[in-house]
Amino acid sequence: MTTDVDTKAVTAPAVAAFGVSKRFPGVIANDDVNFDVRVGEVHALLGENGAGKTTLSNILTGLYRPDGGYLELSGQRVSFDSPRDAIDAGIGMVHQHFRLIPTFTVAENIALGAAQGGERILLDMAAVERRIAELGEQFELSVDPRARIWQLSVGEQQRVEILKVLYREARILIMDEPTAVLTPLEADALSQTLTSLTRQGRSVIFISHKLGEVISIADRITVLRQGRSVETIDAAGATRESLAAVMVGREVELVERRGVGALPGAPLVLSVGELSADGDRGLPALRSVSLDVRGGEIVAVAGVAGNGQRELVEVLAGLRPRTAGRIEVDGEVLDRADARHPIRMGVAYVPQDRLGTGLAPDLSIAENLVLKRYRRPPVSRPPFLRSSVIDAEADVLMEQFDVRAPSSQTPTRRLSGGNVQKVLLAREMSGRPKVLVVSTPTQGLDIGAVATVHQLLLDAAAEGVGVLLVSEDLDEVLALADRVVVMYEGSVTGVVEAADATIASLGVLMGGGSSEDVA
Amino acid sequence: MSLASRVGIRLEPRVDNPRWMNWAVPVCSFFAALLVGSLVLLITSQNPISVYQRILERGFLDSGSLSGTFISATPLLFTGLCAAVAFKVGFFNIGGEGQFYVGAIFASGIALALGADAQSWIAVGAMVVAGAVGGAIWAFIPGILRAYFRTNEIITSLMLNYVAGIGATYLIFESDSFWRELSGTGAVFPKGKIIPLSAQWPSFDLGSLVVPFGLILGAVVAIWLHVLQRRTRFGYEMRVVGGAPSTARYAGMRPARVIVAVAMLSGALAGLGGAADVGNFRHVLDPKGLQQSGFGYAGIVVAALARLNPIAVVFVSIILGGITNAGYALQGPDFPAGLVGTLEGLILFCTLGGEVLVRYRIVNLRRQGVPA
Repeated sequence: MTTDVDTKAVTAPAVAAFGVSKRFPGVIANDDVNFDVRVGEVHALLGENGAGKTTLSNILTGLYRPDGGYLELSGQRVSFDSPRDAIDAGIGMVHQHFRLIPTFTVAENIALGAAQGGERILLDMAAVERRIAELGEQFELSVDPRARIWQLSVGEQQRVEILKVLYREARILIMDEPTAVLTPLEADALSQTLTSLTRQGRSVIFISHKLGEVISIADRITVLRQGRSVETIDAAGATRESLAAVMVGREVELVERRGVGALPGAPLVLSVGELSADGDRGLPALRSVSLDVRGGEIVAVAGVAGNGQRELVEVLAGLRPRTAGRIEVDGEVLDRADARHPIRMGVAYVPQDRLGTGLAPDLSIAENLVLKRYRRPPVSRPPFLRSSVIDAEADVLMEQFDVRAPSSQTPTRRLSGGNVQKVLLAREMSGRPKVLVVSTPTQGLDIGAVATVHQLLLDAAAEGVGVLLVSEDLDEVLALADRVVVMYEGSVTGVVEAADATIASLGVLMGGGSSEDVA
Repeated sequence: MSLASRVGIRLEPRVDNPRWMNWAVPVCSFFAALLVGSLVLLITSQNPISVYQRILERGFLDSGSLSGTFISATPLLFTGLCAAVAFKVGFFNIGGEGQFYVGAIFASGIALALGADAQSWIAVGAMVVAGAVGGAIWAFIPGILRAYFRTNEIITSLMLNYVAGIGATYLIFESDSFWRELSGTGAVFPKGKIIPLSAQWPSFDLGSLVVPFGLILGAVVAIWLHVLQRRTRFGYEMRVVGGAPSTARYAGMRPARVIVAVAMLSGALAGLGGAADVGNFRHVLDPKGLQQSGFGYAGIVVAALARLNPIAVVFVSIILGGITNAGYALQGPDFPAGLVGTLEGLILFCTLGGEVLVRYRIVNLRRQGVPA
């Protein structure tokens, strides 16, 4: 019998799911999901938000038990009663948000929770460090075991997370959106790590919603749609368009910039000169940034999150005081840190935190649409607000921007992400702005909504509005922008015309390299 | 692992709450409180049904009982509005109690200052204004501390209750203040000066029912507040600041100013209650009586049960006023004096528990197959 199992294990997939289903009250999160991960394979689970990726990974890691179906590891049926069981079976999860203690060393973090209770009282840290060094060598994951987490870069911290699961002898690694926090260079390094892992018999389940990266990183791709596994595709023959169509269930037209740029003689609608500002902790976060946006132009600000983009847009929106520098909107000086001032001068702003900052979630769509105009007629007739005007305008804007909701009285918290963004863009564009500042406008949206939002941004530009697009998604940046401003640690490391920009060249600048490094 | 997951349940935020829950949850909470209260009564070997029946009769049904109930309801109406309007914007004003005292101090002060010769409507009007101003000043302190110095208003407003209580006691018991009666028996037993007859608030006699002016004033104010919240620019700002402070800032509102304004409005409402207490009922500044009543704290119960809706506050204050009134009437050897307070506490407890059900759904983890 044993030999029988062993021979089976050689050929059997590392993990396989058979008809896995998981229901929550009112939602079927996973519905008859089937896929198999070969030994030594990078297998992507691709799907939009709500397609069931997170539930599936929670089942694989023993956090949920499936209502139907089962899992096999190396051909043997398994049932996990707890996350501990999954870890013991050799499944390790690399979380998107790192679970590391900043003041502990790498070795301490890795030893944490890995030590089985009751074995011994004192931890042999030297042994842990030796083992980490060995693993690091074996899988080309170099990290100093004695370094403290806060001293490490994001990419290095991710390596620690990977080492953590390898230390627990995981043979199957689940990675949840691992590139979300990385620069393109760090993502390349991760890709090499994955190769090294799979070459040594480890298998990787790579969860993502980004079309480009699953094609370049994965061997095969299982697409999830509405909780079901739709199709497993070889990455070799896949294109972004074909994957998008499977993911959404219909043909999707991915919006591309038509290369118009600023109209000839278009005014300089936004001019930022040597702008500096402090971050929340009072340390300089924006260092002498200069950029220009002309009417009808889309200028992208690219960079890994946390490199001063947020501070930049907040200063532009009057929400953060500057420490130095100059801002001009259509030739007029904007000099006060007061949100009313930019609104009046024609700076529209769609913040990253759409429901938490851009909208009042408990208020209706109609009330949210007048959030920036409620002080002026015709909406305001002091001391009252005219609800007839508010409702009538809401109907027009909802029609124009195709906001799908039961009525204009629906609270915005009940809307889907795409409709929330449409309400925001409708409101900001209804103020007839000169500049539209948008921060990560498609983060978390599904593909259909992404295309709609991109089209709305192109429409805004076509109307002569200068668009400043802050985004971490380089596919989006390259698809929409006329010019790309790259930020790193609060400074501009380069300004690239879209025609000359590639992911690789932007990646160098995003990692702090200069334009000479690109050339 | 949390206790909730150990017993196999978890609370999940509700995406939307159906409309019927707005009234069903407080009503059920109220009855749940009565149910728990009946356990307490059973322990003290009382018959809960007969006790509740007597409360119903003496609070609402017996002839003349409703007039007494209105008297008990009036201060609760004002302190209920005080809490409701402040809590709605996330300013947790626990200081209705102290603002009520200060309103009473100001209102009695102006009534005494105007003297017996003032015209009645001027005296009453002056008391209304003075009470509101006094309460507003008292609430301005925690308001400004919270808005500009990020101080926790729960603590500051609560502490100011004691300051106000001690202040009122000082005026009557420990000084020869303007408020204190120094002639007659007052020279021996400290007490406040009675306000002149012209400053005493009218009550309207509708045959079997007597409606105090303070209650009518409170009901009008409640309607005004409702319109203020739903229809005006300031009300819109209040709703945005209350629900989404960073959105308010983003939209160019001034959340700090809105908070200070709401704090003062809230304090003014409690102060009006203090003025009504002096004008309509006690006719004197009575620090001991005020502090025993605890109207400010009871107002928090009223506001919670009314789910912070000003119109609902009117009805809830009458219901709780009825229970209080019945408690006064029935207090005796066979009716525990602490029962009304116990019931009020239970009502608050159950209402807050019910509020959890409005915001969250209970999820049974075992049924979902999540190892608990």
